[in-house]
Amino acid sequence: MADFSQQKTEAVIHVAPSPHIFNIETTTRSMMRDVLIALLPVLFTALYLFRWSAAKQIVICLAACLVGEALFTRMRQRPLALWDLSAAVTGVILGLSLPAPAPWYIGIIASFVAVGIGKMVFGGLGMNIFNPAMVGRAFVMIAFADKMAAGGYVDPDRAVDVMTQATPLTAFRQGGMPVELSDLFWGFSNGSIGEISAAACLIGGGYLLLRRVASWQIPAAVLATVFVLAGGANLMNLNSSWTVWHHFFSGALLFGAFFIATDPVTSPLTGRGKWIFGIGVGVLVMLIRTFSGYPEGVMFAVLLMNACTPLINRWTRPRPFGSW
Amino acid sequence: MRLQQVFTSYRPTKPPPGPGTFPHGVHPPERKDFSLDAPIEVVPPPKTLKLPLLQHVGQPCTPLVKPKQQVAFGDMIARGEAFISASLHAPLNGVIGKTAMTTLPNGRHVETIVLNSEGEQITGQALWDDIFGGEWPKKQYQAIEPQMVSDAIHAAGIVGLGGAAFPTHVKILPSEKKPIHTLIVNGCECEPYLTTDYRMMVEIPDAIVSGALLAARAVGASRTFIGVESNKLEAVEALRLAAAGAGIQIAVLKTKYPQGSEKHLIKGILNREVPLGGLPADVGVTMTNVATVAAVARAVVRRKPLTHRVISVTGGGIVKPKNLLVPIGISMADIIEYCGGLKKTAARIVAGGPMMGFAVSSLDRPITKGTSGITVLSHEEIKKETETVCVRCGRCVDACPMNLVPTKLAMASRLKDLNLARQYSIMACFECGSCAYVCPAALPLVQLIRSGKAMVAREGKK
Repeated sequence: MADFSQQKTEAVIHVAPSPHIFNIETTTRSMMRDVLIALLPVLFTALYLFRWSAAKQIVICLAACLVGEALFTRMRQRPLALWDLSAAVTGVILGLSLPAPAPWYIGIIASFVAVGIGKMVFGGLGMNIFNPAMVGRAFVMIAFADKMAAGGYVDPDRAVDVMTQATPLTAFRQGGMPVELSDLFWGFSNGSIGEISAAACLIGGGYLLLRRVASWQIPAAVLATVFVLAGGANLMNLNSSWTVWHHFFSGALLFGAFFIATDPVTSPLTGRGKWIFGIGVGVLVMLIRTFSGYPEGVMFAVLLMNACTPLINRWTRPRPFGSW
Repeated sequence: MRLQQVFTSYRPTKPPPGPGTFPHGVHPPERKDFSLDAPIEVVPPPKTLKLPLLQHVGQPCTPLVKPKQQVAFGDMIARGEAFISASLHAPLNGVIGKTAMTTLPNGRHVETIVLNSEGEQITGQALWDDIFGGEWPKKQYQAIEPQMVSDAIHAAGIVGLGGAAFPTHVKILPSEKKPIHTLIVNGCECEPYLTTDYRMMVEIPDAIVSGALLAARAVGASRTFIGVESNKLEAVEALRLAAAGAGIQIAVLKTKYPQGSEKHLIKGILNREVPLGGLPADVGVTMTNVATVAAVARAVVRRKPLTHRVISVTGGGIVKPKNLLVPIGISMADIIEYCGGLKKTAARIVAGGPMMGFAVSSLDRPITKGTSGITVLSHEEIKKETETVCVRCGRCVDACPMNLVPTKLAMASRLKDLNLARQYSIMACFECGSCAYVCPAALPLVQLIRSGKAMVAREGKK
């Protein structure tokens, strides 16, 4: 009978350290796929409102990010990991954060900067300090100030209605009439192609939270902070036609709170850290919107808080069970 | 019975002060169905047993027998001379063979007494009756000297049967330095697959209650709880019946891994946190497993040593999953053969459960006192994603029952940055596997942290 065990054991036994079972439902790839799924409502509203201009930006950024990823991993002599979809997520988010009229080369340059300088120079996925898409966007915003600033959003010759108007935040700064709240909510106003519909951002964001791909603390903290600060300002100046709800539904606030600030790589690890991070983003958004030369501040707010993330992680080291 | 007595024994008991659970943790699939409803069977005595001299935490025991010597069932064949050690007894009648070396499931090579079966053996129902059958007294043991219980446990060579294999007489000891107010008997069995403790609670609740009362008497505890997870209500019912009027409370805990961890069970029942690096005694608690107290009852009431234990043989890779009463030292091959052999899909054989058990490379390993089961996993069950990089999603932080930052500890271990590892309390990790179970990047977190712990421990010794 000893033969029996010998024979069988040689064929099958694999030895490995514990644990021996794994949750294989949630993987890096499935998380990235969920982000892409969550971006679908935003994508559809963008395509509906901006037609070919939106399609063009997204396709250019997606393709350039994938090419960039392939190129830079080759330069680093690392195995190509396009299948993890992280480059695709960067591409789609970047495309959605551009103005519709921006020329084709802006998307390409932004994508290469996003993947190359935003991610690869730090050592690739998981090692980067700053949100890659926002690094790419910040670069083109500074390098092509005329095409990316307020004026870049307006193209009077386009057939698409919303593109002939200034963005609501800019219009308001220039003393113009604020847009109807319902238009802001559903997306009938100008802006970066992914940010204009608050409704689409809420649907996609809700999906991310349900799937636990994005942690709820960050959007909650960002929105609560903006609510308190904008609400306070609103109370002090009741006659202002720009209410706290205009702050909520205009610009990239919801898009940023759900899709950009929640990037796990560049946000803190612990619940407490995520609250601090989100509050920081909210405060910076309001400071930039109110006091700086830029009408919108989500991108810079997220990038600045990204820089603070390692520090926040150190501050919020969890208390081990049984220690005081 | 006087009215007042009736009244006190039926008084509804206060619920335990704890929240019935602990923060964090994970929900791996339970998969207890394989062997859940299989009554404990007595395995026929095998031809040969291998009895390693170190099956417990502490010092190895010293052999008392020579090759070719005749021994009888229950004879002491090796004595645990050090304080933290445990004696070894013959699980059947036979002749001692040549001393050998065996590899324990944890990889240690240990000197081993070989015992070849010879002559008539007590087996089947007779063996069951000898070990677990009959009456188990449940009166308050006021007449028994606490020290006597501890001595009986020492003589019987009992160690923690839940897996830790810490010599029980060291724990179940009247202590003046750290007075014990509460005894908790651990019947959580939070490891997936395993049904050892469950079957014992269902089939021999009286022995468990009897042993719990004895252990409580020995440590001087005024309260006794038996903690059971909510997925084992049949066991809860059986224990409640057996413990009626005995002054033992059954605490039902939320089913979550690792609820059966010492510190987390104390949190769940008493809402106390054992200090980092401390022991349950630091919060006035002694904890022991249900199978261990059953062995204590047998040692004190019947003066019989620990020679057999109950194990589960389970998983998708075994033909007939079972719960078995086996002699200590029986080889895994004998057990697997008794359970119909391995399926073609079998891929990994684990001593213990799938979260914390050790994979074995050969079936000639013996079952030791601390082996709570054999889990044979199929290819399907051990499926793992390809390893990617950490995207700092924080799932490991949310899973860690010790509230550590596993990804940080793994990185510190990988970079051999021992200061960073210590800063993040690496030694608090008890390798429950929750982090590695949930990790979307399939990182070998436990393996890395284990190596980091070893490095920190080595450095501490220098």
